[in-house]
Amino acid sequence: MPYQDIISKLKKSGLKGRSGSSFPTGLKWESVKNAKAKKKYIICNAAEGEPEVFKDDFILKNYPEKVVEGIKIALKTIDNSSAYIYINKNYFKKYGQKLKKIIRKLPIEIFQKKTEFGAYIGGEETSIIESIEGKRAEPRQKPPHPTQNGLFGFPTLVNNVETFYYVSKITEGKYENTRFYSISGEVNNKGVFELSEDLTVKEVLEQTENWPEFDFFAQIGGGGEGEIFLPQELDKPIQYLASIIIFDKKKTDPYGLMGKWVDFLMKGNCDNCAPCREGLYRIKEMIDKKKMEKETLDDLFLVLEETSFCPLGKGSTIPFKSLIDKILK
Amino acid sequence: MKTIQITIEGKKIKAREGQTILEAARENKIEIPTLCFHPDLEAKAGCRLCLVEIKGKKGMHTACSTKSEKGMEIIIDSPKIKKARKINLELIFAQHREECDDCVWRDNCRLLKLAKEYGLNIARFSDRKNNFPCHQFGPSIVFDTSKCIDCRNCVEVCRKQGVNFLDIEEKNSFFEIFPTKDKKRDCIYCGQCLAHCPVGAFESVGEYEDIEKPFEDKSKVIVVQFAPAIRTSIGEEFGMKPGEVVTDKLVAAIRKLGVDKVFDVSVGADFTTMEEAKELMEKITKGKGACLSSCCPSWVKFVEFNYPEFISCLATTRSPHIILGALIKTYWAQKEKIDPKKIKVISIMPCTSKKYEVERDELKIEGTKPVDYVMTTRELARLFKKRNIDLKNIKPEPADNPLGIPSGAGVIYGATGGVAESALRTAYYMITGKNLKNVNLKNVRGMEGIKKAEINIKGLRAKIAVITGTGNAENILKELKKNPKAYAAVEVMACPGGCIGGGGQPLPSTPEIRRQRAEALYQIDAKKKLRLAHESPIVKKIYKEFLNNEKIIHTICHTKYFKKSREVKI
Repeated sequence: MPYQDIISKLKKSGLKGRSGSSFPTGLKWESVKNAKAKKKYIICNAAEGEPEVFKDDFILKNYPEKVVEGIKIALKTIDNSSAYIYINKNYFKKYGQKLKKIIRKLPIEIFQKKTEFGAYIGGEETSIIESIEGKRAEPRQKPPHPTQNGLFGFPTLVNNVETFYYVSKITEGKYENTRFYSISGEVNNKGVFELSEDLTVKEVLEQTENWPEFDFFAQIGGGGEGEIFLPQELDKPIQYLASIIIFDKKKTDPYGLMGKWVDFLMKGNCDNCAPCREGLYRIKEMIDKKKMEKETLDDLFLVLEETSFCPLGKGSTIPFKSLIDKILK
Repeated sequence: MKTIQITIEGKKIKAREGQTILEAARENKIEIPTLCFHPDLEAKAGCRLCLVEIKGKKGMHTACSTKSEKGMEIIIDSPKIKKARKINLELIFAQHREECDDCVWRDNCRLLKLAKEYGLNIARFSDRKNNFPCHQFGPSIVFDTSKCIDCRNCVEVCRKQGVNFLDIEEKNSFFEIFPTKDKKRDCIYCGQCLAHCPVGAFESVGEYEDIEKPFEDKSKVIVVQFAPAIRTSIGEEFGMKPGEVVTDKLVAAIRKLGVDKVFDVSVGADFTTMEEAKELMEKITKGKGACLSSCCPSWVKFVEFNYPEFISCLATTRSPHIILGALIKTYWAQKEKIDPKKIKVISIMPCTSKKYEVERDELKIEGTKPVDYVMTTRELARLFKKRNIDLKNIKPEPADNPLGIPSGAGVIYGATGGVAESALRTAYYMITGKNLKNVNLKNVRGMEGIKKAEINIKGLRAKIAVITGTGNAENILKELKKNPKAYAAVEVMACPGGCIGGGGQPLPSTPEIRRQRAEALYQIDAKKKLRLAHESPIVKKIYKEFLNNEKIIHTICHTKYFKKSREVKI
């Protein structure tokens, strides 16, 4: 297939980025392709870091060739480009050698994520760029967007492992509007499943024989920043990161659960901005005392959502808000 | 640059394309509160106080980091913005242990001002950092981590200095600032961390608990000498404009402290000029490679620790207050028939590093330190306030004789380029036997990090580099490594703009304030009849009567340097 046709194919397919932000892939590619610059970069984000999310792990294990193929297509589509696979230490251990064998002489470099920096924020696209540049993994102010001014100041395409996998599927004409769901928690059939992206959460759980018999609630979108839903709210498709975690309502201590989230977020953030660094700490104080004071909490949620530097801080209130609203009350 | 129109709170203003909202607002005298923003540094947008709303854009944005765009309609004070600012302030307040009485920002604390303005409940959250430790960097600086608000300005400025002494490490799920454990990096005591910290987490050693101490010993003859850079900055502490010249008021105020003599370090600078000009002449006429200035103890430490291969290039001439201290305890003591051991010399310096310099053993003369104590500009100002000495309204008095009348060349030492300009004026005379027709060497003046000039002396072309900021010096050193004769003279001052931007100066220290302080020093020089060190009557007299053989000149005016391993213990 001529490579100029790829972008229109991507657009036609309706493929959206699979890192959680759901940006249309075709538009992103077009933006980088059309940007005027001597050099361009492609980054495959394999730094999956949220608890209970392991779909990229599954894809790297089962379809590394497809992922590399997707990157190769990007390399050919975008002139004068070279690529990085930005990968977790753990995933590198498991799949590094295999990836190298597949890559062979392609201009793709494997870059291991540094662990001394914010564990979770290290997976955000501008933080990845900072990290590859040898700086601390901290988010950059946008605009400029990486598609215009990214790695070393050059236009940069950042896509997730799953996105590249589907790019290769699309060029083969084998894309059937599916996505990968990680399902975990109190379920019989934990794992990663490739199913239609139009399915409701309920259908996903049913088709994978995971719909619980007991009273439960689900966290959708990751074990760090995912939103809490009650069983009757699951009649809709997943909008963001396709991770479903099931909790037994009777057995789950909501404070223990919130404690886990806040610890993950505090450890995973970069501590640059005051609301995220201090706000999360004050939420932790309340969780430790098992006393969520409404007025203070509302204030903290306000500054986290409205004034945090990056999406991690802005999205950090989602699990707490929904759990307090639906379960704690 | 293209001019665009934006609207702030309904008011149409002009902005330049590429300018941030904050810059455009401030140029138009519209105030948006900030804490972590510093015009010397990149906008890190961490404190989240300069929040604004932009019509047509979701959420709140930080003015310090958001660029103005044509036609932007900006709201800076909606109830929602005010509420968010207040909450963020409360969060920041709770990570900052208040120590207001002893703080370098005591009289102009932005945090406190904003707390009042926003009706803060400062006790809403408990202090997060109550038990956080203090770290001391040599005899110069204290870092009280319990006051730190994690803006990381100190880390950035230390990196810009090429020092990299401050690291960010993870501890208990927080990234915190620590002095590095790496033995290959050491503090140079410049105090730029202090000058760029918005909340006073850094202070100089003794600030302000020890400000009475040096004046207590009544059995001693107390001599105070004040640095060139003080006279155009200390007024700021008393509500005067940056750059207001207060030399004689300063002398009168110091006298009020009950001291015996007040001398001017600029006179010491004239002696430094004489000796440095000789070294320069040697290098220029014999084409011997670069002469690196050595007045700035932070720069000297930077070379000794990071670039010991350049130690042999450092001018051996001592810094002005060390020479003047030595002259006070030798020449002047003999004249006045005072036992030098009974004299206590206190230097008022714009500098935190001078507290370290005076501890250097090799500066002692017959076992006696030339200078006994160093106080910063801020410390002296605080002492005046404590004693109710009103610098602004005090009747001016001249400094004491015979070490109170400097040349203009001695005064401009306080600004970047001043040492080079003074030394060149005199070196020119030494080489040619004539004075420069125009003594204003304007191409070594100004606030740029690296300034280069070429001067033609009797057919000898000498290349000069003048640098402010040790980080900027690294490029020149690299150049010199390749070609040792690339420059005949290199002046380096560690602090931005030279000593007028020193770590001991009044806060804040911004490019505009530093420009005004420096400009005023050049004004003093321009107004003086005596503008050349070698024409100073007291310089001539002392060379004739006292500094009249190489041995004594060497003892009083020269020193040596050593390759250093790390000094700061953590």
